[in-house]
Amino acid sequence: MAVFVNEHTKVVVQGLTGKQGQFYGLRNRAYGTQVVAGTNPKKAGTDVEGIPIFATVADAVRETGANAAFIIVPAMAAAASILEAAEGGIPFIVCVTEHIPTHDQARIYNRLKHDFPHTRLLGPNCAGILSPGKCNIGFTPTEVAMPGPVGIVSRSGTLAYQALYELTESGIGQTTCVGIGGDPVPGTSFIDALEAFQADPETEAIVMIGEIGGSAEEEAAEYIKAHITKPVVAYIAGMEAPPGKRMGHAGAIISRGKGTAKGKTEALTAAGARVAMNPTEIGGLVKQALGR
Amino acid sequence: MDLMEYQGKQYFARFGIPVSAGGVADTVDEAVAHAERIGYPVVVKAQVMIGGRGKAGGIKLANTADEVRFHAGNILGLDIRGHIVRRLWIERASEIAQSPDRLNEKGEPKAEEYYASFALDRSAKKYLGMLSAEGGVEIESVADELIAKIHVDPMLGLSEEACRAWVAAANLPAPAREGAVGVLMALYRCYTEGDCELAEINPLILTTDGRVHALDAKVTLDDAAHDRHPEWADFEAATVAAGDSREALAKEKGLQYVGLEGSVGIIANGAGLAMSTVDIVKQVGGAPANFLDIGGGANAEVMVNALTVISTDPNVRAIFINIFGGITRCDEVARGIVEALGRITLSAPIVARIDGTNAAEGRAILKANESEKLIMLPDMLSAAQKAVEIAGK
Repeated sequence: MAVFVNEHTKVVVQGLTGKQGQFYGLRNRAYGTQVVAGTNPKKAGTDVEGIPIFATVADAVRETGANAAFIIVPAMAAAASILEAAEGGIPFIVCVTEHIPTHDQARIYNRLKHDFPHTRLLGPNCAGILSPGKCNIGFTPTEVAMPGPVGIVSRSGTLAYQALYELTESGIGQTTCVGIGGDPVPGTSFIDALEAFQADPETEAIVMIGEIGGSAEEEAAEYIKAHITKPVVAYIAGMEAPPGKRMGHAGAIISRGKGTAKGKTEALTAAGARVAMNPTEIGGLVKQALGR
Repeated sequence: MDLMEYQGKQYFARFGIPVSAGGVADTVDEAVAHAERIGYPVVVKAQVMIGGRGKAGGIKLANTADEVRFHAGNILGLDIRGHIVRRLWIERASEIAQSPDRLNEKGEPKAEEYYASFALDRSAKKYLGMLSAEGGVEIESVADELIAKIHVDPMLGLSEEACRAWVAAANLPAPAREGAVGVLMALYRCYTEGDCELAEINPLILTTDGRVHALDAKVTLDDAAHDRHPEWADFEAATVAAGDSREALAKEKGLQYVGLEGSVGIIANGAGLAMSTVDIVKQVGGAPANFLDIGGGANAEVMVNALTVISTDPNVRAIFINIFGGITRCDEVARGIVEALGRITLSAPIVARIDGTNAAEGRAILKANESEKLIMLPDMLSAAQKAVEIAGK
């Protein structure tokens, strides 16, 4: 079983008619994902390689039964696109768009909480979600993944890919790889993903990849201690990051002494997670955890 | 983007937050001209992106043109914890009210200095307002129970009623309360409509004539909101001029770069992997010269740009390229590196580690092109060790 998505997931791509949207939307479809629709108010009635374009998400849902949205639009339009998906009745929204202003993120997050409490937003600024063999929404390279018993949740895209690769090379597959994104107000948290992996009978071990900034890893450590019985392997990037500097991701910043990799690593170690010192150790630690 | 004090005050003024009249000076003569225009006494303030200016001698009161000349001359060129002062802000001095019933540790009436700020509480995913009657010192040194905190739902905003209750909770003295509510409502607008990540006033003062006034400004703007704020262009120009020239060049080339002090230049794809690369260089005893994220792909063009930026850093003695090939396969990445090497002359050798899709093919291409300038190692740890060894020679 996979978390958040599966082989029945039907995806509408908001931004399918753009260059990036077309590239990744078609790539996701080629993998076997049911990409059933795209949206663009100016191009309704046309198609992209056979995928019908609708004016709105609501139209796409009505006509195709889409139940997930893949948002790949410019940053200034992203918040409105998220709202459009929620209003259109989509329960699972993946937003890969980077550089959405923080206030837009904060407003849309709270808007969803108020008015669409059952809608899950993954991202923004995330790599997407891959359930090997079933569904891929977003950027994740499927070449390095295969089905199996490990769940991955990561703020960083490339570090998640590295983890997929390490596991696959060791002959260990994955249930789902969840990218929660590198922005300050992620729609889905580590805790949401941990909870889903704990509940998923096919997930036997969890890999959690964090980085500097905020306190989501510390909160996840508390949650692991209290609720997670499956083995957790963790890695935190940014041990040597200077305070006050933004390390690539909008959310990756140590501000006022808070959000250090050291604090996060200590919290996760205390919660019983096996913590890797660099990302290439993840594969070996998972092997150990699974007793292979 | 962090603003300097004068920029922060200019930004505050747009939202109606009261600040002192003043002017920007890059020379002693300009400083005097502003002082003459504004009227004495004035305060001569160093404009650098670092705290502790007062203690370092970067803030001085001047009562005459000669005093302005003397202080401006001393402060321009001053090194404040590694930041050279190149710009001054000359502003009209404010008279801070003394509290009749609050004494400082010396038993003198305490100056009416407060603290106010808005920032995002990432954990609560709401805005956090902080207000304290104990301002003028670093907020980290103020006891938690003396800071009144308010969470504002970004969807609902801050009501004047909630703001008034917040001011009361902070125990601001009665004469300052109405003025404080006005300033805080304006500060909230500045924070939200102005797309700030941080909007902080420390100290917020009560003047002897009963006005609540921002005596300092600490503002961080959200770079992601740049497109809807054409008025930020002036700030950006000044910040780039004052900042790290390596960072400015990287920004121009669309790369995510953070300058560090060491000798191992770093190029990686993805922010997470780039952070990991900095970490591992340090773990094996080296000193990273930078953080550089070239983003998802890794073609020759991007690689040339990254190497160009790294090459402007005279401290770099070895370059560690750490790439995970996903959709952009390792063989394409390897060809990109080889092509880039043909287009640019480097003073420092490259140690490259590539991993991911088609890793074997990619490594074979690098291996075939190995030289003193290009060394290929298959894993991250040994590549980091090699780069550090070369940089240490």
